[in-house]
Amino acid sequence: MSYIRAENLVKQYGEGDAAVTAVRGVSFDIEPGEFVAIMGESGSGKSTLLSMMGALNTPTAGTYQVDGMEVYSLDQDRRADFRREFLGFVFQSFHLVPYLSVLENVMLPLVTLGANGTEKRARAEEALSKVGLTGKGHRLPGQISGGEQERVAVARAMVNEPPILLADEPTGNLDTRTSQEIMELLRDVNGEGMTIVMVTHSPDCASYSRRILRIADGCLAEDTREVPPGREARQPSDSGPINTRCRSNGIGSVVL
Amino acid sequence: MTLKDIAFRSLRRRKARAAFVLAGLLIAVSTAVALISLVQAMNHDIQHKLEKYGANILIIPRTENLSLTYGGLSLGGVSFEMQEIREADLRKVGSIKNAANIAAVGPMVLGVVEISNQRVLLAGVDFHAVRVLKPWWTVEGAAPRGDGVILGSEAARILGLTPGAGLDVGQRRLQVSGILTPTGSQDDHLVFTRLSTAQSILGKEGRVSMAEVAALCNACPIEDMVHQISAVIPGAKVMAIQQVVQGRLETLGHFRKFSYGVSGILVLVGALVVLVTMMGSVRERTGEIGIFRAMGFRRSHVVRIVLLEAVILSALAGIFGYLAGFVATRVAFPFLVGSSGAAVAFDPLLAAGALALALSMGLVSSAYPALLAARIDPNEALRTL
Repeated sequence: MSYIRAENLVKQYGEGDAAVTAVRGVSFDIEPGEFVAIMGESGSGKSTLLSMMGALNTPTAGTYQVDGMEVYSLDQDRRADFRREFLGFVFQSFHLVPYLSVLENVMLPLVTLGANGTEKRARAEEALSKVGLTGKGHRLPGQISGGEQERVAVARAMVNEPPILLADEPTGNLDTRTSQEIMELLRDVNGEGMTIVMVTHSPDCASYSRRILRIADGCLAEDTREVPPGREARQPSDSGPINTRCRSNGIGSVVL
Repeated sequence: MTLKDIAFRSLRRRKARAAFVLAGLLIAVSTAVALISLVQAMNHDIQHKLEKYGANILIIPRTENLSLTYGGLSLGGVSFEMQEIREADLRKVGSIKNAANIAAVGPMVLGVVEISNQRVLLAGVDFHAVRVLKPWWTVEGAAPRGDGVILGSEAARILGLTPGAGLDVGQRRLQVSGILTPTGSQDDHLVFTRLSTAQSILGKEGRVSMAEVAALCNACPIEDMVHQISAVIPGAKVMAIQQVVQGRLETLGHFRKFSYGVSGILVLVGALVVLVTMMGSVRERTGEIGIFRAMGFRRSHVVRIVLLEAVILSALAGIFGYLAGFVATRVAFPFLVGSSGAAVAFDPLLAAGALALALSMGLVSSAYPALLAARIDPNEALRTL
């Protein structure tokens, strides 16, 4: 069984005539250690899909499993525990708490753990050193550059050593050079065994991943895996479009 | 870093909101403290004045005759037909339940004697008890020793006696030690001597005509004491002299109710200020709460952060509210009551009460905003950033 399994995920906002279906029956499997980019136009449903993968947005229909656990059958508290233990988040706008120092922001996922203060601090400092921000822990987020803020966000996502990192447009607010630095950082993190699922609309960023899920109109339009040199595509999923239609769940309209 | 650190940092970040919540709590707590302190101080002041007022319980022999005196004018001699109280019975007053509240018991024997062809009312008293029972007495001359007497101002004028003069009462030769300055009471017409001397002259050994009792009324149940004394001296009529006091206590009672009412309203308004400000604070922090939830904070962790902030502000409001109320009372007391502010003392119970009030107000009025914060949908919250 796959490490991450999404089956027929649907997300509909609103009801009746005002209902908008953002995700229309998306299914995929992700194995441990994969680096997956979710691509698509604005409004295609990719961020909604990522928020559902982050246990932040309950799907209208479908199932979502991680490590054999049915995430949306958990109650709110267990779902929070799941986020803390399994997930690290990197957001486009960094989402750092402005009144906490860089070090304290990195320590946030550790706050509700039983570990003592010294241990938490040591882990946060280690995470900061991994992203090249040693010595900047005492600064406030407003006192460092955008690139550094994104590094802080990556450090915060890693500090708890979760198996999965979810990134939503991690380079959306950064210049080209800084974007490259962040992507190289994510690639390094992935190299250490962390599964990364990243939403992006930038082909440059997507090139760092080894698999691309392309979303169009709320449907999974394409699932492309990087084919290792010297090996021909054997499966549809290795070779491009695999799912050009959405499955119907009886909810909302269906794109054919 | 802990939830407490987050709460502290958040308060420091939002100083204006924190100051507003603090002000709401502080005004309510300090006003309640000031009013309650003022009532307590006024109560204490009245009790203090009551003690100065002297005797407040009168023990007289039970009689079936109606009084024939009015406004100092006597219309008959029935007062001399009264029965007497045995001195031994009077000692039982010291055994009542509230005996600790008794400051002094002043027995008095009364009888008519003839001095220089004038019929005079001789009063035998315990001069030690008199100091407590009649603190308004001022004696010109010396305090009586041995067979010395003190004359009321009118008695001295009519008898033509001055301190140092001698006077013959029956077979006894007594000496005038001092003369009372006018008191405006019946004391001005009397000749006072020691109880035993008067009993001997009047032939009333072991008996007294009446007794005055000074009860310390700070929280003492004067009516209960009247009943207790009546029970130990069944042959006597025991009365509380409390008309004047009662009036002042009733006024104080009205002021107390008014103070509690005003305090209650201010506490309610303060709680509403906290509620509205905390609601605003939670709305302002929606995105931040989304980040916390994404980082794995449970709903209960979010509730604890909001309530911790409320506890920090409430504790500050409790401490400073008490101090502000205490200082305000000390400053206002002399103007309001006309006495010195010395009666307003530090009250640990009131200080603890102020802290408890502030904490209750802060926690109760922050409970709903805290629940609101916990119910914020993390996904929606993150979209606000």
